[in-house]
Amino acid sequence: MSAEQANHKRIGMEVSFAVAEAVKMLEVEAIAAYPITPQTHIVEELSQMVADGDLDAEYIPVESEHSAMSACLGTSLAGARTYTATSSQGLALMNEVLFVASGLRLPIVMTIVNRSLSAPLSIWGDHSDIMSIRDVGWLQFFAENGQEAFDLTICAFKVAEDKRVLLPTGVNLDGFSVSHVVEPMLIPDPKLVRDFVPSYEPQLRADPADPVMIGPIGIPEIYTEAHMARDVALIQSRKLIDEVFADFEKVFGRRYHALESYRADDAEVIVMAMGGMAETAMGAVDTLRNEGIKAGLVHIRVWRPFPFDDLRAMLKNAELVLVIDRALCAGGPGGPVASEVRSALYPLEKRPQVACQIAGLSGRDVRALHIVQMLKRSMAQAEAGELPEYELHNVREVAQ
Amino acid sequence: MAKLPGWKDLSLGIAITDAGNAKEYRTGDWRSMRPVTDESKCISCGWCWLLCPDHSRQPFPRKSPKADCPFDDFYDVDEYYCKGCGICAAECPTGAIKMVPEVGQ
Ligand code: SF4
Ligand code: SF4
Repeated sequence: MSAEQANHKRIGMEVSFAVAEAVKMLEVEAIAAYPITPQTHIVEELSQMVADGDLDAEYIPVESEHSAMSACLGTSLAGARTYTATSSQGLALMNEVLFVASGLRLPIVMTIVNRSLSAPLSIWGDHSDIMSIRDVGWLQFFAENGQEAFDLTICAFKVAEDKRVLLPTGVNLDGFSVSHVVEPMLIPDPKLVRDFVPSYEPQLRADPADPVMIGPIGIPEIYTEAHMARDVALIQSRKLIDEVFADFEKVFGRRYHALESYRADDAEVIVMAMGGMAETAMGAVDTLRNEGIKAGLVHIRVWRPFPFDDLRAMLKNAELVLVIDRALCAGGPGGPVASEVRSALYPLEKRPQVACQIAGLSGRDVRALHIVQMLKRSMAQAEAGELPEYELHNVREVAQ
Repeated sequence: MAKLPGWKDLSLGIAITDAGNAKEYRTGDWRSMRPVTDESKCISCGWCWLLCPDHSRQPFPRKSPKADCPFDDFYDVDEYYCKGCGICAAECPTGAIKMVPEVGQ
């Protein structure tokens, strides 16, 4: 079957429902979740599918996200293909269990519908939630639109469950601006999806017939080695991710990369963004090019494992890189993405300057025009040799 | 202690796949005080056996029979596990157990 045939159905669908559809096609066997805005539509839809008998899974309604992830540990250890989704405070509440999932090497897949963290209480989208858990040892993907959210959910299971990886995987999509949008989407034949992702063969399993002890204490003599093993698995998953993305293209015709670019080959100034803002940035790049500024865009699809080598190769000829972050490392280097980009570029003999603007916090609108403004501002600052560590874009000083 | 595994030797998710291997963990290494038992004072009541948090008090054959005690065994320390907490010495009803520093003995 050709990729065109595979994608014969282009239909309008809310992105949350499309993610639920992908989970259903993958015949997930266990879901434990607590509804939280803006993730709610995904798990509501899945619980409906289970209640209607359209999805033969165990749906565990829990009283908190801490329990949701704990239940996911249990079902994954029982050998079930396991899924959950969360946002913001829910992700924060899961924090300690997330480390257990990666330490135990359980291929749980979770959609993270990105949202800001309280206080002040905010339900709107930014990346504060995911950045607060970036070091938990999970693979982390970023989708920019509904099609990618659907596609990456499928890829996430295939990578996570591969015997050479066996790590939990998060798929990030922006709250509301992606999750609640109705998009025209290519929804493939479920059989193709099932053929693409083979059924899950658990490697570590709580089996009464073959007792093992799971989750023992890690004394000082073993803890470091355990972390080494997990870290190596995470770093080496890079190869598998590339393989899966290549296979995905063969079947479905769409190609993803750990790091992607737009008009960046000859660019002197490069904008970097993640999630939905990367799409907006394409418009900004076009505007800047029309003005004669050699601008380009580089966006990160795979945030963990961080694509250090690709990043160095892609940015090495640029003069200035502006990273637009949607989270703030308070009292630290500014934006988490900018911080990692700086760290990645440091070994280069000749490296671009890195500017960081923090924008789009709590769903505040960032349009192509704003990105153009931010880049021009950074270019002027760099020119004057006055590039600050970071700035919060468009902060009101006084009432207007 | 058995040879420590390298990171490549660890099982997936550091699961412990062989049962009962805690036996190999010599907790007695942690000790700074050691219980010394006066066999002639021990009445084999088993109180120390019951209260020892490490299950380190065990019956051992008496070197000489005790006239007022019908049991052939008295209770002494299994040094492989004893952490030296002193609970046995504090609780022994006859004062048969004395804690002595490990160093220099
Ligand atoms: S508590 Fe004292 S008397 Fe009783 S068995 Fe132990 S050492 Fe002997
Ligand atoms: S000192 Fe503590 S650990 Fe050692 S035998 Fe006595 S009660 Fe047990």
